[in-house]
Amino acid sequence: MKGEKMASMSRLQAESQVENRIGGPPKVEAQGFSFFYGKTQALKSLDLTVPENSLLTIMGPTGSGKTTFLKALNRLNDRVPGISHSGSLLLGGKDVYDRDVDVATLRRRVGMVFALPVPLPMSIYENVAFGPRKRGVSSKKRLDEIVEEALVSAALWDEVKDRLDSSAHNLSGGQQQRLSLARVLAVDPEVILLDEPTSGLDPISTLKIEELLRVLSERYTVILVTHNPVQAARVQGEVAFFYMGELIEKGPAASMFVRPKDKRTEDYITGKFG
Amino acid sequence: MAPSSGTDGAYGPGALKRPKRSPGRFGMALVQGCAVLTVAVLVFIIGYVMVKGARVMTPGFLLGSPEKMGREGGIFPSIVGTVSLTLASVIIAAPLGIGTAVFLTEYTQEGLFSRIVRFGTESLAGIPSIIFGLFGFLFFVIRLGMGWSILSGSLTLAAMMLPTIVRTSEEALRSVPDVYKETAYALGASRWQTVASVVLPTAMPGIVTGVILAMGRAVGETAAVIFTAGSSLRLPKSIFDPVRTLPVHFYILAREGISIENAYGTAAVLLSAVLLVDFAAYYILHRISKKRPVARR
Amino acid sequence: MNRKEKFAEVVLTVVGLTSVAVLALIIFFIFREGAPFFAEVGLGSFIGGTKWSPGKGQFGVLPMIAGSFFVTLGALVIGVPLGLGCALYLSEFAPKRTAAILKPLIEILAGIPSVVFGFIGLTVIVPLIRDRLGGPGFSVLASALVLGIMILPTMVSISYDALRAVPQVYREGMLAVGANRWQAVTSVVLPAARSGILAAGILSMGRAVGETMAVIMVAGNATIIPGSVLDPVRTLTSNIALEMGYAAGLHRQALFATGVVLFVIIGALNIVARSFVRNRVR
Ligand SMILES: Nc1ncnc2c1ncn2[C@@H]1O[C@H](COP(=O)(O)OP(=O)(O)O)[C@@H](O)[C@H]1O
Ligand SMILES: [Mg+2]
Repeated sequence: MKGEKMASMSRLQAESQVENRIGGPPKVEAQGFSFFYGKTQALKSLDLTVPENSLLTIMGPTGSGKTTFLKALNRLNDRVPGISHSGSLLLGGKDVYDRDVDVATLRRRVGMVFALPVPLPMSIYENVAFGPRKRGVSSKKRLDEIVEEALVSAALWDEVKDRLDSSAHNLSGGQQQRLSLARVLAVDPEVILLDEPTSGLDPISTLKIEELLRVLSERYTVILVTHNPVQAARVQGEVAFFYMGELIEKGPAASMFVRPKDKRTEDYITGKFG
Repeated sequence: MAPSSGTDGAYGPGALKRPKRSPGRFGMALVQGCAVLTVAVLVFIIGYVMVKGARVMTPGFLLGSPEKMGREGGIFPSIVGTVSLTLASVIIAAPLGIGTAVFLTEYTQEGLFSRIVRFGTESLAGIPSIIFGLFGFLFFVIRLGMGWSILSGSLTLAAMMLPTIVRTSEEALRSVPDVYKETAYALGASRWQTVASVVLPTAMPGIVTGVILAMGRAVGETAAVIFTAGSSLRLPKSIFDPVRTLPVHFYILAREGISIENAYGTAAVLLSAVLLVDFAAYYILHRISKKRPVARR
Repeated sequence: MNRKEKFAEVVLTVVGLTSVAVLALIIFFIFREGAPFFAEVGLGSFIGGTKWSPGKGQFGVLPMIAGSFFVTLGALVIGVPLGLGCALYLSEFAPKRTAAILKPLIEILAGIPSVVFGFIGLTVIVPLIRDRLGGPGFSVLASALVLGIMILPTMVSISYDALRAVPQVYREGMLAVGANRWQAVTSVVLPAARSGILAAGILSMGRAVGETMAVIMVAGNATIIPGSVLDPVRTLTSNIALEMGYAAGLHRQALFATGVVLFVIIGALNIVARSFVRNRVR
């Protein structure tokens, strides 16, 4: 009871803070959230708020807990044996770890794109239709609409509209990554997580994806993970710096890269480590 | 740094030359000889059977019925018997074996239960075929009253194939990159949906290869079949009829000295079938998975 | 949706238990059929008896135990060094392309039906022994030769895997201190792969003990304890296969009891082999 009250109070506080800065209601909130793999603590009492329809870039060196945070949010980490957590992690005000949360539904609300492009072993069309089909959409007409819409949003439609039935393996790396994005968009998520989505791509494809993310953040809450401070600066929006499982600081890219508050942030963005 | 300068100083530039009689020369020649000998044996066996049997392998022999216990005539009923027995056993064993592999890789974590399942399959793999034959005879032929029949034989063979299919399927399933599964799960797919639409298709070349290899062993199996499928020379009409498979027919011809000629012919047919199956398996693994390199590590 | 999930899980769990169930059924049926025989004749006079003549009610299985032992020993003497040599060549010395061609070729050997091996033994090896070395040709030697070849694929592929599992740095470490490749292999790689190679040998042994049809065709099948490698011999497996077709009553039970003996031997071998493989993993 008491904990709940405190949680809602701090939510109010957080909301008012965000309100001041950006204006959207909070979509994702971590409150004293810790995450463990067995005895290894990967996230240390994290407090973090992401407003609706905004773009947050999480940057930090390898092993700082970025992926863990994303996979906690869509509970992909449930597959790892021996995990545990404490604190709360809210999506639209509801803790994703609540007992009554349906994991499949949660994952449709929180889409995720991985570091390497993952074309599923099927056609381009079927890749995009995968999510909707598993949700139970079976009308061909409806699927056609969803697929087209998603591919358009991912800026891939023009390149593939004539070969929707060919294998997704025939696409280039950049196209495959945009296909991954289209696949996520097709399930109509509220939040889109991207875990170093450009690490395997050439600079041109990288810029394309970054541009796309800025556009998408007008309609979706986008969380981009990168270990590259340059990318964080380029994408703009809010930036959070993770280091050894802790959130060191968070703020608009413009100010953080000009005047980092913490020494560790400064060291990281000036390339002293990571 | 230190050792190399020391070597140069002590031995001079000539020390870098390869010594004329390096101590490993003989050993290396020996192991190479082993490989050559083994391949020579293989080539000899295949060549010997094929050369001696080729003359007998006429359309009349393949499509004709045996006469006088197989001294004359063809081997058509045995071909039909072998094909139906093998197919039936694959139809029984493949779903069970692949299902077991899916269970082990996707539905359970390493623990007591998976150890028991693993113990079962590994033990089964070590049991001699004659024991399977005895068991099939006692259980399927006698106890369940199936008599000597394709059904009894294929159930026995299926039990024998099971470990091979489990092992190869498990290997193929484990080589599916985890990020494929994560992708499907992240799209809200359930476990079974992920397995059915992503994991199994990706692992399919490896799985099919394993099934085909197991099939190849089943084609040539004798000891387990002779006590369960019988040795009737008549053309089977249903799975409840007994059959005499090619290896059994061949064994009877050769051992009872009925016709060495026809024995060679039968052996050549049998060996061709087995080699064909092996090549098919090899082709699938190396061609299909090369086009779609996802399932390989 | 959720019902389907549950269904899949239940079905797969049940399917996962088939192999265990089959194993249990095999053990149950073979032992149940063989047990009354032990009760009637006694374990001692069965295992220790040297006379097998079912017509006279004599059921001594010692000649067959000895037969299986000698034949298997011979097969190992031939197949283990040859197979290990092949594996060493493939994993340590052969050029990549050569190895890529040879390995599948040797695996083909595993697919050749045992009756074909037996037939080659019957038409090539047996006459050769009869003409060159004397005796009937059907002999311990003929069986050992045939089985020695038949265990090659098992021996090669398992010891190859064991050799490949030795980390590359072991070899490089030896080469760096000036050893040549042969020395690196004999002094570091082979010892490191020891338990895997041992497991390969034991599993090959299992194959040799369990092989039936090939041995029947070349062994001569006399129920005597062989005095030389040129004497005919009968193995446990052959004993079952040869007489099962017409045996009845106590005789039939004796054959199942033979199966029990075979089963126990194989089981022991498997347990030993598994402990070696497990040690290697640790
Ligand atoms: N599946 C796992 N099992 C155990 N430890 C893990 C696992 N995944 C990540 N970790 C550990 O958690 C910490 C954070 O990892 P991760 O979230 O992957 O960091 P990042 O994505 O920032 O590189 C690391 O110390 C890592 O070793
Ligand atoms: Mg990461």
